[in-house]
Amino acid sequence: MTPLIVVDRVSKRFRPSLSLGEKIAAGLGSPVETRTVHAVDHVSLVIRKGEVLGLVGESGCGKSTLGRVIAGIHPPSEGAARIDGEPIMSDARTPVKATTRIQMIFQDPFASLDPRIRIGETIAEGPIAHGLVSKGKAAAYAGEWLRRVGMPADAAGRFPHQFSGGQRQRIAIARALAMQPDVLICDEPVASLDVSIQAQIVNLFLQLRRELGLTMLFISHDLGVVRHISDRIAVMYLGRIVETGPSAEVYARPRHPYTRALLDSVPKLVTGADEMVTFKPIMGELPSPLSPPPGCHFHLRCPKVQPLCKAEAPTLVGEARAVACHFPLPD
Amino acid sequence: MSAPLLSVRDLRTEFATKAGPIKAVDGVCFDLQAGEILGLVGESGSGKTVTGFSILGLIDPPGRIAGGSVRLEGRELVGLTNAALRDVRGKQIAMVFQDPSATLNPVLSIGAQMKLALDAHGRSSATVARERSVEVLTRVGIPDPAKRLDAYPHQFSGGMRQRVAIAIALLNRPKLIICDEPTTALDVSIQAQILTEMKALARDMGTAMIWISHDLATVSSIASRILVMYAGRIIEEGGVAEVLRAPRHPYTRGLLESLPANATPGQDLMQIPGSTPSLLNLPPGCPFAPRCSYADDLCRTEPPRLTSGSRAVRCHHPLAMEAA
Amino acid sequence: MSAASPVAIFWDEFKESRIAVAALAVVLLIFALALAAPFISPQNPYNLAELSLMDARRPPGFVGSKGYTHWLGTDGQGRDLLSAILYGLRISIQMGVIAGGIAFSLGATLGAFAAFIGGRTEALIMRIIDLQLSFPAILLALVLAAVLGQGKWQLITALVAAQYAYFARTAHGAASSERSKDYVDAALSTPLSTARVVFRHILPNCLPPLIVVATVQVANAIALEATLSFLGLGLPVSEPSLGMLIAHGFQYMLSGRYWISIYPGVALIVLIVAINLVGDQVRDQLNPRLRR
Ligand SMILES: Nc1ncnc2c1ncn2[C@@H]1O[C@H](COP(=O)(O)OP(=O)(O)O)[C@@H](O)[C@H]1O
Ligand SMILES: Nc1ncnc2c1ncn2[C@@H]1O[C@H](COP(=O)(O)OP(=O)(O)O)[C@@H](O)[C@H]1O
Ligand SMILES: [Mg+2]
Ligand SMILES: [Mg+2]
Repeated sequence: MTPLIVVDRVSKRFRPSLSLGEKIAAGLGSPVETRTVHAVDHVSLVIRKGEVLGLVGESGCGKSTLGRVIAGIHPPSEGAARIDGEPIMSDARTPVKATTRIQMIFQDPFASLDPRIRIGETIAEGPIAHGLVSKGKAAAYAGEWLRRVGMPADAAGRFPHQFSGGQRQRIAIARALAMQPDVLICDEPVASLDVSIQAQIVNLFLQLRRELGLTMLFISHDLGVVRHISDRIAVMYLGRIVETGPSAEVYARPRHPYTRALLDSVPKLVTGADEMVTFKPIMGELPSPLSPPPGCHFHLRCPKVQPLCKAEAPTLVGEARAVACHFPLPD
Repeated sequence: MSAPLLSVRDLRTEFATKAGPIKAVDGVCFDLQAGEILGLVGESGSGKTVTGFSILGLIDPPGRIAGGSVRLEGRELVGLTNAALRDVRGKQIAMVFQDPSATLNPVLSIGAQMKLALDAHGRSSATVARERSVEVLTRVGIPDPAKRLDAYPHQFSGGMRQRVAIAIALLNRPKLIICDEPTTALDVSIQAQILTEMKALARDMGTAMIWISHDLATVSSIASRILVMYAGRIIEEGGVAEVLRAPRHPYTRGLLESLPANATPGQDLMQIPGSTPSLLNLPPGCPFAPRCSYADDLCRTEPPRLTSGSRAVRCHHPLAMEAA
Repeated sequence: MSAASPVAIFWDEFKESRIAVAALAVVLLIFALALAAPFISPQNPYNLAELSLMDARRPPGFVGSKGYTHWLGTDGQGRDLLSAILYGLRISIQMGVIAGGIAFSLGATLGAFAAFIGGRTEALIMRIIDLQLSFPAILLALVLAAVLGQGKWQLITALVAAQYAYFARTAHGAASSERSKDYVDAALSTPLSTARVVFRHILPNCLPPLIVVATVQVANAIALEATLSFLGLGLPVSEPSLGMLIAHGFQYMLSGRYWISIYPGVALIVLIVAINLVGDQVRDQLNPRLRR
């Protein structure tokens, strides 16, 4: 399959702007503490046409930032993300998103819908602005997308606060789909929903994917949901991708010690076994992205750490099944 | 069986709102033995937090405990004066919240906060307080605790803050700790560490716990018995293995079946239709009836009662006992 | 949850404060009286033909040469004070609302754009605004009014210049926090144009604090205009606003003809206090920290 999205050595750094005092101090030559967050650190990956790529990792490892770079919300500090070879953001001095083919769905449907705008306008404004539908036909168009995501058409006349979390997430999905995208970036789309609603939304994604042939980046910290929905997964740790591969293989035989540890730390219901639920904790915590450790970012917590790991960062090697580790677990 | 540590009977807590009273906790009954970890699961709004708060007498107007009894070692807590309740809180029952900032004061060093928490139940010398603080901080896995006593809450990561909150709860050696989703905001790797430590704690120190969570797998990994709540009521109770292997309430079974772990990747998940009802206008019969595929006229008109015994279910048509 | 619109919910809550409702009634009454001034006032105080010096400086209750009662007395030119106050209110309110409205649009747009664009542009705009806010508004208005000279639009310009910064500051603060919300990122990922994001999404969500500022600033504009007029830097004498009435009456204060100054002053104070009371309630209701 051809790669639809290519992320080419993308880095994203957040540098808080210095206060006037700090600027003067820096100007006078005193060292000012750099508080740059290396949210995404030279990440390369591809998303093939029609596939669902799952992106997992602990909170703060840069999943949302990477998703937002691909969705054209943040310009990358370095590198570029492209769709079909075209850059996602223009290279003007203040870059703007140059495509409508990628749309995004956010974690918190209470924050991602403008509270003051009726659902119908929320869904139709993008398509009208980009000429996908005329103003006159916009209402019917919005109603049709509401129907596709399982919402009554009369929802169009109401405001977001009149809906539950699950319904709002459906509305957000309708808004993204109304732009007729090829790619959907889903940033933890079920994380804030009630347990019994999560399955409904996961099923909606599965159904829409079948009907529309969507390509998706599915970000989640819930390994169970990601495994269920993704063809391939990428595991992220402190701004870097440490392992990628087909979901089933990565889950069955993780090759990076971090992937292994992460999978082990999730409580799993094992019906039939004596001990109903199993998990094994990883030691330590995610280091601060303000001052990532040298070498392999995971070496502080790795049970198999060697001197080389502290000195040199491993690169992601392999094709279908890639791992960034000096001493990967046996395949 | 020995007399239970905590015995809750027909606990009812209501909130007066403009639109009418909300029965946030409606007839909750359970017993908890010393050293036992009891899991309380349910979706958001099902009344888990209010149950925990009601046990501690932390319900402020417009809320009130409308009835029922909470006995700790035989002593009735409902109706106690605020002063008497304050004495119970922290000393005999402690609570850990989802957000540790509910416990931690941002402008005091954690050492100072721990001293205050100790002093609230009888003064102790600075050295004794320090020793005890270091002891509990070690217990919850804070590295280098003696040094960290002078640190302020914001100098800790989220996971570490939650550990400090747990340590404070442990200070006065309570008999019961109510843990309200303490790991929900944390990463799975940190959650796994805390779950392991809390399990060991209950085992070593004989502290009983009520572990509240919306996540069945998390609760099941730490508790020996679980209560499932729906719309303010307990709808199922039993040993973890019993409930997971053979859920008897259609809601519990629906929740279990909707987990991706119990499905083939890529296939549709089993789903419970509809959404949780508003507590303001509950249906007359079983609150789950509108979403239940087994519901009949009886379910829609007559609220079912919780069966008695340690394997209880509140359903007119409970699922068969044999393994699902 | 009811399907009531946000405005209906807001009004339900507003009704609970009796003071605010009374204040709102007073504001609306004064606005209505001012609007209807040409139809309800006994006299057109700007029409010199209707004035008679014979009736000048008469106390309240005096029946004038035209045969009707001057309930609030007359001023130095023989104007019926009630009529003069109604017409004066009309001008004061007009100036306050126009100046407030322009300052609102200008300041809110500037502040919201600064917050949205960020970087150096934002820093530059906000520094200028901070600098301006460090001067008392009256000083700036005085200087401008003196430089621009007399006239309605000159005065409005001075008022706007003195006030837009408050709106800009408020809009900037509100917009900065809106800027980081997901619905703005959603608009950027669609993508929608900057103008649409700012005007259709960010600004409407900044309205609550801006409305609070607006009520206070309309009252301030009225007071500022009265001050300028009192100092003779306001409107031309042919169209006396409340400030000018007070100024003219001032010379008679010592001779015991208090009404010429006091009644316009009372009208001004009642209006400003009422607007502020309404503003207080609106602020309390829109402030999320004070909500139950
Ligand atoms: N707009 C921002 N400004 C500054 N820092 C940010 C911003 N967005 C994210 N970060 C930082 O970047 C890191 C990665 O964050 P994020 O991408 O949200 O991680 P994840 O989604 O995996 O939880 C975190 O340390 C976070 O604090
Ligand atoms: N202070 C309060 N005022 C009104 N209703 C409340 C209050 N606190 C809780 N409730 C209601 O009680 C119900 C149960 O809440 P809670 O116990 O917090 O649920 P859970 O912890 O299971 O998510 C909810 O429907 C909530 O709306
Ligand atoms: Mg994220
Ligand atoms: Mg809760």
